[in-house]
Amino acid sequence: MTTASATSPSDASTRSPSDKLQDAVIRLAGNSQDGIQTIGGFLARLAGRTAQEVMTYMTIPSTISGGPSIFQVHIGSGEVLSPGDDADFLVAFYQHSYENHINSLREGGVCIYDTDEVEPDLTDKRFTFIGIPISTTTIEALGGSARDRGKNMFILGLLTNVFDLNREKLAAIIDRQFGKKHESVLRNAMLAFDAGYSYPIGESLNGDYGIAPGRIEGEHRIATDGNQMLTCGLLAAGVRYGAGYPITPWSSIMESLRSELPKYGGLFVQGEDELAAVSIALGMAYSGHLAVTGSSGPGLSLKMEALSYAVMAELPLIVINVQRGGPSTGLPTSVEQSDLMQAIYGSHGDAPRVVLAPQDVEDCFYIALEAGRIARKYSVPVIILSDQAISSRIEAFAEPNLDEFMVEAELDISPRDESFKPYPLDGLTRHAPPGTPLEGGKYPVVTGLEHDEWGHPTANPELHQKMTARRRNKLVALAEELDELEVYGDAEGDTLLVGWGSTYGPIREAVDRMRANGQKVGAIQIRHLNPLPNGLEKSFAKFSRVAVFELNDAGLYGYGQLATLLRARYCDPRIQSITKTEGLGFKIREIIAGVEKLKNA
Amino acid sequence: MSTAAPAPPEKLTKKMLTADHPTWCPGCGDFAVLAAFYKVLEKLQIPHEKIVTIAGIGCSSRFPYFVNSHGLHFIHGRALPLATGISLSRPDVHVFAFGGDGDGFSIGGNHLDHCARKNVNLTYVIMDNSVYGLTKMQTSPTSPIGYKSKTDPTGAIDQPVNPMRKLVASGASFVGRTHATQVKHMMEMFERAIKHQGFSVVEVLSECVIFYPGAFDSGNPRKGGEFEIIQERSWDETAEDEARHDVTDFSAAMKLTEESYPGKFGTYYEVDRPSKNVLEQKWIDDSRAKVGSASDKDILQARFNQMK
Repeated sequence: MTTASATSPSDASTRSPSDKLQDAVIRLAGNSQDGIQTIGGFLARLAGRTAQEVMTYMTIPSTISGGPSIFQVHIGSGEVLSPGDDADFLVAFYQHSYENHINSLREGGVCIYDTDEVEPDLTDKRFTFIGIPISTTTIEALGGSARDRGKNMFILGLLTNVFDLNREKLAAIIDRQFGKKHESVLRNAMLAFDAGYSYPIGESLNGDYGIAPGRIEGEHRIATDGNQMLTCGLLAAGVRYGAGYPITPWSSIMESLRSELPKYGGLFVQGEDELAAVSIALGMAYSGHLAVTGSSGPGLSLKMEALSYAVMAELPLIVINVQRGGPSTGLPTSVEQSDLMQAIYGSHGDAPRVVLAPQDVEDCFYIALEAGRIARKYSVPVIILSDQAISSRIEAFAEPNLDEFMVEAELDISPRDESFKPYPLDGLTRHAPPGTPLEGGKYPVVTGLEHDEWGHPTANPELHQKMTARRRNKLVALAEELDELEVYGDAEGDTLLVGWGSTYGPIREAVDRMRANGQKVGAIQIRHLNPLPNGLEKSFAKFSRVAVFELNDAGLYGYGQLATLLRARYCDPRIQSITKTEGLGFKIREIIAGVEKLKNA
Repeated sequence: MSTAAPAPPEKLTKKMLTADHPTWCPGCGDFAVLAAFYKVLEKLQIPHEKIVTIAGIGCSSRFPYFVNSHGLHFIHGRALPLATGISLSRPDVHVFAFGGDGDGFSIGGNHLDHCARKNVNLTYVIMDNSVYGLTKMQTSPTSPIGYKSKTDPTGAIDQPVNPMRKLVASGASFVGRTHATQVKHMMEMFERAIKHQGFSVVEVLSECVIFYPGAFDSGNPRKGGEFEIIQERSWDETAEDEARHDVTDFSAAMKLTEESYPGKFGTYYEVDRPSKNVLEQKWIDDSRAKVGSASDKDILQARFNQMK
């Protein structure tokens, strides 16, 4: 938490009410059935509506119902790049919530706890404790219902008051969420909300914690999570068909596509397994559509044989992998970036594939558009490596302009003349989908056998070498059309931080802090992982060291997966590696400590 | 646009459908299956560009190379899900999937069950030779107990799949059985299967003359066997009709599958059940009706508006 005059709750009494907070990190800790995700979502959407920035972080137990769960919201009037290292406020619903999360509260932070459930150590002078009978006050507010409901809305009301949030806008968001249900649902929600809002907490806090108004004016803003934004990106990219199989944390994309695509005249099919899902999607691709399939790590492993087929037959396909902790069932609801090698190399044969990674929720939209563009142009499978953190966290950002980005779905079955050749050695792949009349009278067979320019199977040694090169050179051509990456921060200096995927925000925030402390550091976030954009070596050369941060294991030789690839590609001993495999993202201080460690090595 | 009247569509002939000469061994049963397929397509006059032939891996799965039509030669066992993707996303084309007993009953066995229960609109022909031929004589899921192969040198020990029982039980809405030596009957089965709305499957006993010669002689009258065709009910209210097979009777179909080898040939089961294609189209139509005249961009914009 930072304020314009650098005050904190411990010296709140000395602060005038006009000192608004620049940002605040609020951690809600309870059980998964308490609805803390719901109010976290409300807060995030409110931030989007009030020109504030927001980033959320949540943990979900991998059990069906119940189990400890947290939702962390980082709201700020300026740029918010990470979910926040430490919380400024902790709301503890239960004893275990208090015990497990009190140490995530920064010194001087405020712990709000339910006196009906929690007995904190009040001698712990690091924190300000505020006890509120949350359970009994909520039950009273709802008219004596003993049901364990509404505590989340009580807390939302309380936080609205403490942080001086826009009550009217929030009420409108709640109304839209609950308004479709039975009227008693909305009524009870607002009763609990109002009870929290009017609870006299201000006296206990003895200060004003209002967050300053947002600085982002004049743009339409939306708030949502990464999986929803990937879905929207696919829809905008002209994807109208797809198939999948349920697996956490990919499932919500297939659920959305199943409901959304029919509105566009398209269809998403649930396959009997991962192999069927990728095969159905390839059938759609062969039929002339831009199709999608997706999964998480273990499911991607099952799709691998078909992906090599797609490379050989040169069929366009978007493949999403929302990564989670592995191997095997691993940590199914935690974040990890350990599928990079699988995405690029997993599967048999020389099968070069395009691999992209979105860097935040907003970027999920644009990465899907980019995947669609590449799949169409080069007739290749394109893998999008998202991860559990991006998939589930909510961010607020500028609404994409659909007038600019909407791509029309097309099916070209116009007649092909006698010169039709799907795999020309000197040109781009062009298929003739079923339904296309072939004026020469000779119809094409798409095959996984090595083939000539017309698609005829052949085992000619010279041709196999030429066609293998042809498939590889499509990616070489793609690399040439990618913009060289600009370095964020200092263009030259001590350390260049390199990341991919969801480490984007924390790396930037770490760079900002290090530069504020006088260090010469820059950052590059790689969105195109295979092929890499050209020119990276020029940026590397301007720094004393290159620190690659990624959420996977350092491996046998001390380098994470991207670091290994970059070292192989550039043979540059400056490239070093900092990895983490706790199922959690990097904290800002861990990144700064990582840079220090490399400097002192 | 040309001002001349469009030329009438060319009549589809066997010659137009003929592609590469099959790489099958001389005497292979699959030649007859291919010839019967050409003849039925010629009879039904399906527009040339609307014919799509799909296969997985195996000797019989080389089929698409030998038919001059749109085609795709896929990976082992996954021909049916691939064909599903085509059928559901392109209702304007006719999808034919071909394969053998290994592709259909072993590596792809799960897909067969699900494609059948979903009643995806396509026709699937299984050329069963009871042996892995392309990989040169390993035990297949339909090899009988005692069959000596390179993977069972002292004779197969695992109980084989009963193909017809699996097909009827799977929920396929048309299940037929024929023999590659009985071309006229094979054509009848193919024609009925193609005209059927939904998932139609025909098992063809097709001999591998190299690795399992004589496998199906018991169903071939010219080799001393018996080719007994199922007598279907004609509903003529005669006493003898009572004894005939009601193709819509699931229990009767299952009972037929229990007959000892070689069993009967013909239509085991045929029912009218809405295909997945029809049901999905209804879901699409209902969804389209709800959005009215909104463009794709409008629909996505409305989704963004929900996120504000």
